[in-house]
Amino acid sequence: MTTVKELPEEDWFESGHTACPGCGGAMTVRIAMKVLGPDTVVYMPASCLLIFSDMYPFNAFKVPSLQVLFETSAICASGIKRALKQLGKDDVTVVAFAGDGGTADIGMQALSGAAERNEDILYICYDNEAYMNTGIQRSGTTPFGAWTTTTPLGPEAEGRGKLEYKKDVPRIMMAHDVPYVATASLGFPADLLKKLEKAKAKKGFRYLHVLSPCPIGWRTDSDKTVDLAKLAVETGIFTLLEYEDGVLRISREPRFSPVRDYLKAQGRFRHMTDEQVATLEAWVREKWERDRALAKALGPKPAAPG
Amino acid sequence: MTEAKAAPVGERRMVTGDYAAAWGAMVSRPDVIAAYPITPQTMIIEHLAEFLAAGKLRAELMRVESEHSALSAVIAAEATGVRTYTATSSQGLSLMHEPLFVAPPMHLPIVMSVVNRTVAAPLGIWVEHNDTMPQRDTGWMQVYVEDAQEALDMILQAYRVSEHPEVQLPTMVCMDAFLVSHTIESVELPSPEAADAFLPRYRPVHAVLDPERPMVLGAASPPEYIQEVRWETDLRMRRAAEVLEEVDRAYGSAFGRSYGGAIETYRLEDAEVGLVTLGTVTSTARDVVDSMRARGEKIGLIKLRYFRPFPADRLRDVTEDLRAIGVYDRAVSFGVGGPTYIETRNALYDSHKVPILGFLAGLGGRDVTHGDVELMVRKVQAAGARGRRAGGVTWIGTRGVSP
Repeated sequence: MTTVKELPEEDWFESGHTACPGCGGAMTVRIAMKVLGPDTVVYMPASCLLIFSDMYPFNAFKVPSLQVLFETSAICASGIKRALKQLGKDDVTVVAFAGDGGTADIGMQALSGAAERNEDILYICYDNEAYMNTGIQRSGTTPFGAWTTTTPLGPEAEGRGKLEYKKDVPRIMMAHDVPYVATASLGFPADLLKKLEKAKAKKGFRYLHVLSPCPIGWRTDSDKTVDLAKLAVETGIFTLLEYEDGVLRISREPRFSPVRDYLKAQGRFRHMTDEQVATLEAWVREKWERDRALAKALGPKPAAPG
Repeated sequence: MTEAKAAPVGERRMVTGDYAAAWGAMVSRPDVIAAYPITPQTMIIEHLAEFLAAGKLRAELMRVESEHSALSAVIAAEATGVRTYTATSSQGLSLMHEPLFVAPPMHLPIVMSVVNRTVAAPLGIWVEHNDTMPQRDTGWMQVYVEDAQEALDMILQAYRVSEHPEVQLPTMVCMDAFLVSHTIESVELPSPEAADAFLPRYRPVHAVLDPERPMVLGAASPPEYIQEVRWETDLRMRRAAEVLEEVDRAYGSAFGRSYGGAIETYRLEDAEVGLVTLGTVTSTARDVVDSMRARGEKIGLIKLRYFRPFPADRLRDVTEDLRAIGVYDRAVSFGVGGPTYIETRNALYDSHKVPILGFLAGLGGRDVTHGDVELMVRKVQAAGARGRRAGGVTWIGTRGVSP
């Protein structure tokens, strides 16, 4: 396994792109491309990534890339792979990089279809928990309580940030029984690298969900990206897990530091009442109960005696 | 259709229009096919799956979860450098509206059969052209066929036109629901060898996704560049108008069948009035022309085959001696008239001072009878006799509405 120190110096997603300082999405893509290497074709939907990497006449990828539509990441990656197979280039990795809106919401139908058909692609969702490219609108993966421009603050009950919980996309993908589903965080790069390498090596449909903070949308300083990605895991807000060939493992037992520490570090949560915080804390507890129950049910089978 | 010479290039069998289309797709040797089932297109994909299962077809067949994905999949595959095919109908084509726009500027010569069917509401599965007509501004070529043989032949021709280095635009081969798709007719099924000779293996001339030569396809663009993309696509559509005529002639030499290119005329020489039709109504109109001609009436028929590129020049040429022109449509732009009527009047505005009348009939799959067509001709004759420029749209065969 490659360690962080052993990562190649060469980038396949180069500097010079126009992402904001501290962009978690750009970091996720850069690290992923270091692992995936030159024998890769990239699909990206209309997204922050497209705008900061492929605005004609500029391009940050040193590998071929395609953009068709917002909701077509999984299907277009599949189409590329099927064509490569016909051309005798089955060894080329096809990866789709899509944000949470393009994955959890508008892209879900194509994602589910490609997973069900076990298309031989790697799908990486860089989850920054809102529609950041269009200006911080809430998405299916925006956490409970978060301010966004479509969940603004005000005196009414509607004015308390997002009223619904974050959609659990990795669990949806696990329900498709694909060869590989994993979550990762920029706060734990060794874990991220290990999962990228596994995902690259496997055949069939592979899904990687990477928590990728967005300083603009999360209302934080641009040097806090990695700290927040770490804190999201350590507070239990974001679970690191891996579902490989039907076996589920929790990748890291968090310290369960106070959820409030994570919330108060971000402007998008600063308005939350004690009651709202308690609601979110309860959600974290329930999520962990469920994740542990799932891991127990789907965990490694004990070796047969004798 | 003209029978030039009979060459032993296939086998004649009784098949449905959908089977004919599936055969045409098979012998075109696409590498990737993606589709989603919708009545009355389903049999096309079922037959392709059978050909695959029987080892007659070596393609990746993607049974995808929606038409939006079907077209997106073949766009991505075509962008990777292989020949692709898909087929749909009605609501499916509506769902494809968004990806339709992507293929033309990216030079992706996809071929798609569209079985023309009513778009809801009300839900209906029978023929209407209000699925394809609203797609006329997407940059796809559109050819409307009359029978199963033409549905097959035009797939092979469409690949040749679409893949021409100076065209590189996708094509919809439009065939009427049930009247073509499910009607069993005698069709000559070209042998794979004959098809290969007419349509060589695909060699893309557009940019492709290849790690050996990395390129970006589908980049975002600022206003500094997009207008030129539009202009260049327009240029290729105009060039296609010439290429499709050459390809139709070449097809005639290879298979003994050609269709007159963008327009086929029937008994138009010395005609005083003419009727423009597209799709299966043309067959009915031919009969009407024959019986009216037998009574000494000088009428003729213009079968409009290509709607995009719209053959304005050829339409002007073939209609220049007519005293009046009628235009039939199976789709309506509400408050205006049928798209073919609108485009025909636009094409003839500078050169023709004669009445050009629009007729709407057969919507939702209602039969267009000989009587309906004769009524259209009578109205055109009457307008011609009055001798001044005129327009107007008449609904034919509408319950409670006298035409």
